Amino acid sequence: MRAPLTWKAGGLLLGAVFFAAVLLVKPIGVSTQFVIFDGILWDAVSPSVVTESTEAKSGYTSTNPYLAKSGGKYAKNVENPLNYSFVFVLALIGGAALSARLRGGVEKAEKTMPAVWRANFGDEPWKRYVAAFLAGFVVLYGARMAGGCTSGHMMSGMMQTAVSGFIFAAGAFAAGIPTALVLFRKES
Amino acid sequence: MSSILLAIVIGGAFGFTLDRVGATNPNFIIRMLNLTNLHLMRTILLAIGTAALLTFGGLLTGLVDPGHLDVKDAYMGVFVGGILLGLGFAVAGYCPGTGLAAAASGRYDAMVFVLGGLAGAFGYMLTYENVKATGLLDHILGGKATLGTIAGTEYPALLGMSGELIGVVTGIAFIAIAWFLPDRLLGGKDSRVAAE
Repeated sequence: MRAPLTWKAGGLLLGAVFFAAVLLVKPIGVSTQFVIFDGILWDAVSPSVVTESTEAKSGYTSTNPYLAKSGGKYAKNVENPLNYSFVFVLALIGGAALSARLRGGVEKAEKTMPAVWRANFGDEPWKRYVAAFLAGFVVLYGARMAGGCTSGHMMSGMMQTAVSGFIFAAGAFAAGIPTALVLFRKES
Repeated sequence: MSSILLAIVIGGAFGFTLDRVGATNPNFIIRMLNLTNLHLMRTILLAIGTAALLTFGGLLTGLVDPGHLDVKDAYMGVFVGGILLGLGFAVAGYCPGTGLAAAASGRYDAMVFVLGGLAGAFGYMLTYENVKATGLLDHILGGKATLGTIAGTEYPALLGMSGELIGVVTGIAFIAIAWFLPDRLLGGKDSRVAAE
């Protein structure tokens, strides 16, 4: 198991990207865009969810209290997906796809589950998929409750010496380390 | 329009870099958390330290506009949400950003993770008012607070010291921890196999 870059080269490069984001625009964040994407789908199915409003600060409001909060800024982004934060995440997907393609892609056995999962829980993909779905649910529910994720809270937060970033990192590792220690006892 | 161009350039670079540092490979994330391979931990710590040094150096020299900082609120839900994220992070080996990047790299389990994530975000949208009613979202420690006072911002400070100085020291500390961490904390190369 080897990463394309050493921790020194990779850390410097990743740090430079986080700095460039602050220098040029604003700190990096990802998890809000899961809400925006949900909102776009929801609004497509029932268009009354997000509507224009002269009373809201953003000019938009929603029947959903979460989309309507903070003057309807999420509602506005649902109506106008071509905004910086949403396009940023689309570009993230494109950049990762390009990098993976250039290094020859992910090997076949790894595509369904990582080796460390296979070593501990066996080879059935459905087990891994059920776990991944539930984990995704909990991760995004938690990230939205916290108001950010590993990118927005942990990395962007701590690099700005935000108190909330340290609180978030403490919670994430306090849960993540014991969970991984219990679940993944075998290495290979 | 230029902001969309910046989103494409910075977002693309971020996704590319996540893949290059190994963050799209859940083996690295899981083995960071079970302490058997700290490659990604050292990468992340060095990245945060580098970004902090550049940011606060830039604030001191006037290169960085303090208005570009964006400090998030502190409340108990940040800790509780962090715990929830940590649980799923360990099970899947993905977080929101790396899950999307890993899905893009062709990992099927990451695609399923992203679908679960969309469901979880929707779940939060539907239960937001209930969560709010618990008081978990009420500000603590001054709300949008930083460790020290950063010139040109309105953020309250936890300590009555120069936020720029604290930022530089924090950056150095993160880099030092990355530097001195070993490649692994638990288990020799064969200790677990031998114990079976």
